[in-house]
Amino acid sequence: MNLAGLIRRLTVWQWIFAVIVLGGLYATYLRFLHGLGSATHLSDQFPWGLWIGFDVLCGVGLAAGGFTLAAIVHIFNIERYKPILRATILTAFLGYVLVIVALLFDLGRPYRIWHPLVMWNPHSVMFEVAWCVMLYTTVLALEFAPAVLERFQWHAPLRLLQVVSIPLVIAGVILSTLHQSSLGSLYLIVPHKLYPLWYTPLLPLFFFLSAMCVGFAMTIFESWHSSRAFGRQLEVPLLASMARVLAVLLSVYLLLRFVDLRHRGALDLVVVPRIETWLFWLEIALMAVPVVLLFRRSVRLRPGALYACAVMVIFGFVAHRLNVSVTGMEAGSGTSYVPKWTEIMVTLAIIAVGFAVFRIVAQYFPVFPEEAPRPALAPAAGDD
Amino acid sequence: MSKAILYDTTKCIGCRACEAACAERWGLPYDDDIAKRETLSERKLTTIVTHGERFTRRLCMHCEEPTCASVCPVGALEKTSLGPVVYHEDRCIGCRYCMLACPFQVPAYEWSQALPRVKKCDMCFERQQAGLPTACAEICPTQATICGEREELIAEARRRLAENPEGYYQRIYGLEEVGGTSVFILTAVPFEELGLRANLPRQPLPVLTWRVLSLVPDIVTVGTALLGGIWWITHRREEVAAAEGKERKS
Repeated sequence: MNLAGLIRRLTVWQWIFAVIVLGGLYATYLRFLHGLGSATHLSDQFPWGLWIGFDVLCGVGLAAGGFTLAAIVHIFNIERYKPILRATILTAFLGYVLVIVALLFDLGRPYRIWHPLVMWNPHSVMFEVAWCVMLYTTVLALEFAPAVLERFQWHAPLRLLQVVSIPLVIAGVILSTLHQSSLGSLYLIVPHKLYPLWYTPLLPLFFFLSAMCVGFAMTIFESWHSSRAFGRQLEVPLLASMARVLAVLLSVYLLLRFVDLRHRGALDLVVVPRIETWLFWLEIALMAVPVVLLFRRSVRLRPGALYACAVMVIFGFVAHRLNVSVTGMEAGSGTSYVPKWTEIMVTLAIIAVGFAVFRIVAQYFPVFPEEAPRPALAPAAGDD
Repeated sequence: MSKAILYDTTKCIGCRACEAACAERWGLPYDDDIAKRETLSERKLTTIVTHGERFTRRLCMHCEEPTCASVCPVGALEKTSLGPVVYHEDRCIGCRYCMLACPFQVPAYEWSQALPRVKKCDMCFERQQAGLPTACAEICPTQATICGEREELIAEARRRLAENPEGYYQRIYGLEEVGGTSVFILTAVPFEELGLRANLPRQPLPVLTWRVLSLVPDIVTVGTALLGGIWWITHRREEVAAAEGKERKS
């Protein structure tokens, strides 16, 4: 009777959540009991698929808001962004934890994930990424720790954290710079496999720049969602001025992409009728349309339009990462790859759990500032 | 001195004795069904590939500067001084970066195992240590595959090319590819016609990532100084403003 009552009270979103999580659990069972072969469409020719291309490459990038905003607030001392900093740090922390969870699915021997700590190979990009991700996850945990300590009124460790807060932020920015770009460096080793629209010695730079862009886009995206979920005011002036920085960064990124294509003599490829070309243009369009829109003041100040632009940038970013890791690798590997349902299910379940945990943490810990009309503090510097 | 393999496609009759000997040496099953599948896999660490009338062989090339060993985060792949590139399965975490990065697409994975390993030819490392030839070279009835000292095999390959300019495509596959390998292949026709990847750079691939990785210490030191400096400047302003009174406050 209780169960029936519970089922009747579930909302549509809770239903979707339950279905995804149950599906994810079944996929998890298949993955760990029957191996990667039966749970994925990976092969000797195509050893990295959705879990690396989306869960890891995109996951780390989508959590990039953490280091950009921490630098803006603490290093550049632009205090007016402080109200949204904690939520961003929390998202970043959860993002990294989920990336590590996804890695545990993808690694053939997940229980050896600690091996890079003691078995070193400094010549490996993967080794560097492993160390950076581990250290940065620790930094993020410490950056978010004050929220937990405040909740339980533990003042002694709080004071200690305050003392080391600036070195911590600096370490976080450096570590992020290193591994965000290194995710691109991973693919420097496959000049013979990656399609020339994407293979460039500048891959690390492009991964870093696009991570910063998506860091801003994700901050806008999250602010919009948490303002709805928690019935809070949206910090429109804050987000609008952030959108300006985003527009400039995106323009620089896009310009560099084409300058790079021209220098490598790959510009002709953008009109060759192949599947790669279409996906390239999709990726570019998803980044270029928001640039045009965000340069208009009216768009920046309309929450809905701002949100739509942020979503486009996020999709454009995901498209780039998937183009590098999947689309661009298919022809060179002499095979094609479409993820199996289990791969998609695990990915969806990880995202769903991420959303749920964020909601729970935000409810019980001081993630958002008290509802005092804080935005009014922002001096005339709102948007213009 | 290091060991190497010389495989001469013009002498190969496609009898697949090397495949069988290799399977036996690894303790892998081998039957007609497996023989027919001409791709490297967890069950086939070397394979004959048929191209019409001609045959070629695929196996780990044992690069002089192996891409797989350079990308492995835990050093599970190692270029031994003896020549073979060997795999330490007790280190491997299963990230499969070696499989993605290998320019010859050699490493295979035990996809069906709950605790999988990477599988690839190790040039019969323990046999080589004991002074024995590889299993594939020992069994080869036409001596299409021979095993020996790397320098001597290069000299032998050059001798064959010079003695029979009509019969051979005048290049040694593996001599320059990605900085040189320890497996050399001689052909009668251009490499691409036998499915050998001919578009590989002359330089070792690890250079490509090392160029970026070697910048890490610089990024850390300069970045820390820069960020620390910016912090000092931006907060200095605040101190000055506070000292100058309350004009700024409003």
